[in-house]
Amino acid sequence: MYQKTIAELAAGLRAGEFSSEELTQSCLDRIEEHDAKLNCVVTLTESAALEAAKAADKRLQKDDATLLTGIPYLHKDIFCTLGVRTSCGSRMLDNFEAPYDATVTAQLQAAGAVMLGKTNMDEFAMGSSNETSFYGPVRNPWDLERVPGGSSGGSAAAVAARLAPLATGTDTGGSIRQPAALCGVTGIKPTYGRVSRFGMIAFASSLDQGGPFATSAEDAAHLLEAMSGFDPRDSTSIDRPVDHYAEGLGQDLSGLSIGLPREYFGEGLDAQVGAAVEAAIDEYRKLGAEVKEISLPNTSLAVPAYYVVAPAECSSNLSRMDGVRFGYRCDNPRDLEDLYTRSRGEGFGAEVKRRIMVGTYALSAGYYDAYYLKAQQVRRMIRDDFVKAFEDVDIIMGPTAPTTAFKLGEKADDPVTMYLSDTYTIAVNLAGLPAMSVPAGMADGLPVGLQLIGNYFEEGRLLNAAHRFQQVTDWHTRMPAGFY
Amino acid sequence: MQQAGQLCYLSRFREPVIEISTMSLDAQAVKKIAHLARLGVEESENERYALNLSDILSFVERLNAVDTHGIEPMAHPLDASQRLRADEVTETDQHLQFQQVAPKVEAGLYLVPKVIE
Repeated sequence: MYQKTIAELAAGLRAGEFSSEELTQSCLDRIEEHDAKLNCVVTLTESAALEAAKAADKRLQKDDATLLTGIPYLHKDIFCTLGVRTSCGSRMLDNFEAPYDATVTAQLQAAGAVMLGKTNMDEFAMGSSNETSFYGPVRNPWDLERVPGGSSGGSAAAVAARLAPLATGTDTGGSIRQPAALCGVTGIKPTYGRVSRFGMIAFASSLDQGGPFATSAEDAAHLLEAMSGFDPRDSTSIDRPVDHYAEGLGQDLSGLSIGLPREYFGEGLDAQVGAAVEAAIDEYRKLGAEVKEISLPNTSLAVPAYYVVAPAECSSNLSRMDGVRFGYRCDNPRDLEDLYTRSRGEGFGAEVKRRIMVGTYALSAGYYDAYYLKAQQVRRMIRDDFVKAFEDVDIIMGPTAPTTAFKLGEKADDPVTMYLSDTYTIAVNLAGLPAMSVPAGMADGLPVGLQLIGNYFEEGRLLNAAHRFQQVTDWHTRMPAGFY
Repeated sequence: MQQAGQLCYLSRFREPVIEISTMSLDAQAVKKIAHLARLGVEESENERYALNLSDILSFVERLNAVDTHGIEPMAHPLDASQRLRADEVTETDQHLQFQQVAPKVEAGLYLVPKVIE
């Protein structure tokens, strides 16, 4: 059952081959069997899932079911869920039950999808290895000594191990694409404003964007469609109809123009990763695409600009965690200042503290122009590089990450080295563009991700290109040994 | 009045400028920044944070080499403007529900340590 596509599962449910309750139970069984090794799931909602599955089974008897009705999924623990803890991977919210559902949660519930539980993640989505979680690191199913990537590490590892056919994630600087690459699954970050941020705990609001994980582009298309849409409760949501992504799949790629930024193939790229990406691009040539070299000259400025903008926004967003209205409160505060300081000091982990301090410094009087304003100017230069490139090409391709999955602890003590693992993903968030990662090869037994970057609102074009690649390759069907 | 869609670039803190040189922060500077952020940091950790923060700041310093003269700062990828909604009541009073998750509440009020003697 766990190797079926969403379309096959939906057909099986309709044909009465199995019920949603049975399907849900089979996922719960796989989580039970395998998650002790991986630590993907921080909250399992077993009984609620089985109840939702029974309701889905009833709905499937009627005519109002959607393609996702009765399909189980895991939800990143950054999306608020009424009645189920939303921890965001932090001690600060270890006791937090949101009094409302995120829009994405409500959309998936309305579609009839069955939430199995909430997935582990880097604390407040700040990390590239899932090692900053209060609940301990997630392990990569391809090699348990290695990280799954982050911040949506639990979701990526869970889909890679086939614990659930679908999972949600969020991507602020690569947090869907990088773990998708390191775990060998398909993940897409849509255009900024496509998926509602309402009830998605904010890290850096001008960059945060939700999206799906799946084992294929086709399956990801189904989940993305269900998650997308205009939401008046998100001030930066885009009021524009949602494309029917899955219906647009299978189109011919002849004449598609692909740009390879030379800055994405230079120093720092692991040779084996580079070779796998080149081989994937050869497949696109065979599919009729035209490939040309392009330049995104300000690429090297993306990570530094990000590490001003993101910490600045995070220091502001996380100021709401003050021990007064929700979340962790320290014992026996002496006075109000002590309450704030100790609640935050004890509630946040080291990486979150680093970023809050960098942001506080960058926004403080006298430094604002030098850091934040400067970074926002550089951000426009980075965006303009992409705008110019898309005058000439349809899709930009390159590696998702410079290396395959690294070892646990390898970069944990060196923030800047860790930050550079997002070197190919961050510019996309600064520009607000859609981008995805698809499994494109293996290097020493570890997955390699190919990144596809599209113009604004061209998620459909990306998904089609990924789908066509997956029709002629089988990288996306490979599973880590030990999880069959 | 500010126009809809225009972002207001103001500094958040009115406290005195932190008297520290850029590129390298010492433990004393970490204490000041942590205080501004109301963030408890153990005395013994100040040195390590000073090193980490200095690394991060010298990494982002490379932005200074870029000529950004005349470039408008980018606040939104699609240069979208702020949507305004009709001035109608849309939210109902849900304070009981919201306060259920608060650490300490009494008579509909959030409790904190005494502020005024």
